[in-house]
Amino acid sequence: MPRETGVRALSERWSRDQLAARVARDIPEGAYVNLGIGLPTLVASHLPREREIFLHSENGLLCMGPPPAPGAADPDLVNAGKQPVTLLTGGAFFDHAESFAMVRGGHLDICVLGAFQVSVHGDLANWHSGEQDAIPAVGGAMDLALGAARVFVMMEHCTRDGQSKLVRECTAPLTASRCVHRIYTDLAVIDVTPTGLCVVELADGVKPDELIALSGVPLEMRHG
Amino acid sequence: MIDKRTTAAGALHGLRDGATVLIGGFGGAGVPLELIDALIDNGARDLTIVSNSAGSGETGIAALLATERVRRIVCSFPRQPDSHVFDRLYRSGALELELVPQGNLAERIRAGGAGIGAFYTPTGAGTLLAQDKETRTIDGRAYVLEYPIRADLALIKALRADRWGNLVYRKAARNFGPVMATAARRVIAQVSEVVELGALDPEVIVTPGIFVNAVVCTGAAHPQAVSDAA
Repeated sequence: MPRETGVRALSERWSRDQLAARVARDIPEGAYVNLGIGLPTLVASHLPREREIFLHSENGLLCMGPPPAPGAADPDLVNAGKQPVTLLTGGAFFDHAESFAMVRGGHLDICVLGAFQVSVHGDLANWHSGEQDAIPAVGGAMDLALGAARVFVMMEHCTRDGQSKLVRECTAPLTASRCVHRIYTDLAVIDVTPTGLCVVELADGVKPDELIALSGVPLEMRHG
Repeated sequence: MIDKRTTAAGALHGLRDGATVLIGGFGGAGVPLELIDALIDNGARDLTIVSNSAGSGETGIAALLATERVRRIVCSFPRQPDSHVFDRLYRSGALELELVPQGNLAERIRAGGAGIGAFYTPTGAGTLLAQDKETRTIDGRAYVLEYPIRADLALIKALRADRWGNLVYRKAARNFGPVMATAARRVIAQVSEVVELGALDPEVIVTPGIFVNAVVCTGAAHPQAVSDAA
């Protein structure tokens, strides 16, 4: 197999499902959790059934369940991504103001968000690509990034053209400053600490110097 | 005898050009489609619409925008896979957009309905969406001053009403309905069913009739809403 330079050369990166399963491992029983739209939604299917975890959807659901069986979709039961979902036993419905009181009032233990960029200080850019002609949309991203007790970011380590999504300063428009606690990428798990980014786990087969070369920002190695 | 039941056209009678209109709904859930159609038929122009999104496909808010009688939209998530009506009007400059974080949107409406003059929130601090807004540091954290949203009219959708306008909702179709019902001078609820006074359990009424001016019974929108209508 040709060994090219750049991200595509790494064959041992985590798949999207492996990444989702890795995030799921860090969500304990009893946690109230919001999974952002896109990649984070995948985490739900990797949470063990025997673990009681309360999934919040900002459009007014607690104890959100998996998608319905084919043909059983209910138009009045959708998630924040407007996709059909179900409600688990013990779940509740509430209005938007109450839902965002849960988010903004610090009642969620964890939210998992996608990102365009995360800075070494834990600044998050995830709502606007920064392209001039993009149609903007923000949804609940800014509320979630500041409201949850712990903010996890789940993203590919690099953009399609090989740029690191870990940056010294975000160049895409900010969602919120200094809000990210932990970053899960297809290559590593990285904590945001007062002294910078610390790698706490590497995907199998990823070498520390490869990761540092791809990241372009200072990384402290504390893994295993 | 107080009976708030009326027709959609009758409920909208007297709406003025330049009005601000709150419209409930999130995705397809809770969108008051029949009331939006009546708003289109009413012909009022130069409207400001406040809603979570800016419509998709060809119906609802998208159909309203297509009439080009909306000057400004205040929303949190206008970009949808099929928001082509909004996209075209926004890109051509025919429609002004105020983009608001979803929690700020809900809270600004809540503040409007509760008589709050303004409030500070950390959401949006240091971002493009708080440019030129007053900020203050409270307990070491940056907060942005946000003003309430009050409207001339709210169009919402509930499951069931009585003739006094007490409302219960259905599942995630509740979304913005209860908070929008508090923040407009005139509130119109479309419902699948109107029941006898006293048939709604007072313990489970979500929007008390004090907030509701008119009830328009449209029948059930889809089979699920029929099957669990008790």
